[in-house]
Amino acid sequence: MWGYKIITTNQIDYDKNNRAIRNKILALEPSLRICIACGACTATCTAGNLTPFNIRRMNVLLQRGEYDDLKSELGKCMLCGKCTLVCPRGVNLRNLILKTRETLLNDECHVL
Amino acid sequence: METKNSTRLWKSYQKEIADDHYYYARSCIRQNFFPASEKVFLKILQEELQKDIYDDPHHTTCTGIAYHSDIIPQETTATVIARHFALMTELGYENLAISCVTSFGLYTELLETWKHFPEEEAKIRELLWKATRREFSIPKNLAHSSDIIFHNREEINNKSKRRLVNAKTGQPLKVVDHIGCHYAKLFPEKGIGGAEFPYVLTGMVESWGGQVIDYPERRHCCGFGFRQYLVMANRGYSVSNSKKKFDSMAPYEPDFIVSNCPGCSMFMDKWQYTIAEMEGTTYGKGGYGIPVLTYEEMAGLVLGYDPWDLGLQMHQVSVEPLLDKMGIDYSKPNKYKTQQPNSFPKKPLKLMV
Repeated sequence: MWGYKIITTNQIDYDKNNRAIRNKILALEPSLRICIACGACTATCTAGNLTPFNIRRMNVLLQRGEYDDLKSELGKCMLCGKCTLVCPRGVNLRNLILKTRETLLNDECHVL
Repeated sequence: METKNSTRLWKSYQKEIADDHYYYARSCIRQNFFPASEKVFLKILQEELQKDIYDDPHHTTCTGIAYHSDIIPQETTATVIARHFALMTELGYENLAISCVTSFGLYTELLETWKHFPEEEAKIRELLWKATRREFSIPKNLAHSSDIIFHNREEINNKSKRRLVNAKTGQPLKVVDHIGCHYAKLFPEKGIGGAEFPYVLTGMVESWGGQVIDYPERRHCCGFGFRQYLVMANRGYSVSNSKKKFDSMAPYEPDFIVSNCPGCSMFMDKWQYTIAEMEGTTYGKGGYGIPVLTYEEMAGLVLGYDPWDLGLQMHQVSVEPLLDKMGIDYSKPNKYKTQQPNSFPKKPLKLMV
């Protein structure tokens, strides 16, 4: 009808994002707090070699509280666990993804 | 806090504004969308302030719309503007009062270009001579018409019949000021307060009793941009920028928006209808929008003019909630007294009017 549409802003509004879910996930897998965002997980990821899946990006989305984008990312992980093996900081990424899935699945607002 | 140099720093945000004897350069789109604003500007200057200002029927577009849309080359724009300088020179004026911020930006850009590249000025003088047999002098003073209202704001205040205050509560009206990008972002030193501390409209609002809201996206562009609206597919970019501003200002519950740019006034007014139709969002109370005024309309209200003589019926967003707040006595039947019967457009589905 209009020939154009309102573009969703890329601005990250921390006042609007619900960071309680992020805090809950961090409590379940606290090792993410020591992540240095080196990207080794993304580099070794099997799914990432075949799809645009990016674990480091997923972690950033989680920290920012951007769950809508995070939901679509989570389904691409094959849970092979190679990311956890290569992580120089010992972050248990496989468990993080499992806990994130569980938490978002249990939240009625964030059904996968 | 170091304050020793603050006066000197603030001086860089001031500008010289001629006190009298102006040659008036009208805007293309304001005459269509806010037709009474320029008339009111002339009335205020000539009748209220007893100034000499000449409204020349031979003046044309500055070609700004075509220039910023990459349709015509700079030389053509420069020659058209040089003709305006020639008309002004022939009539014996030296001070230019410009209604449109894009024209203001273009005239300034041209003068700055000629300062650094005198050979360009010589070339344009030659082109103008070949095309029209005219010659011109460089204006002594270049001011946007909002600068001139700002310059005379205290005198207007002395003649005011109304204040920018809520008639019921006595509280200052909350005002969003919005300066056009081409007013102070091209050449910040040519705009009062520059791009960082816009003061041209704020000064008027404060003098006339209102309170300006300093909201997060205050300095953000309205999204107008010539290439955005000329190409339909790009208009989403324009409306999204306006929406960003509305979303940012809405929590402060502004009573109205005032702008000194033809495009900003138009789009911030009309996009409120579009946003309401597209996603059902309205930014005023009770389903109304936030009224958008030009600074002449705001000055006209302060001076006690009839709202419908100011052309406020031409706005998309209804101004009645604002008029009621200010305690202005207006005639409802007179709002569309010049409208032909059966020629009223359909009412919007979402936005209250």
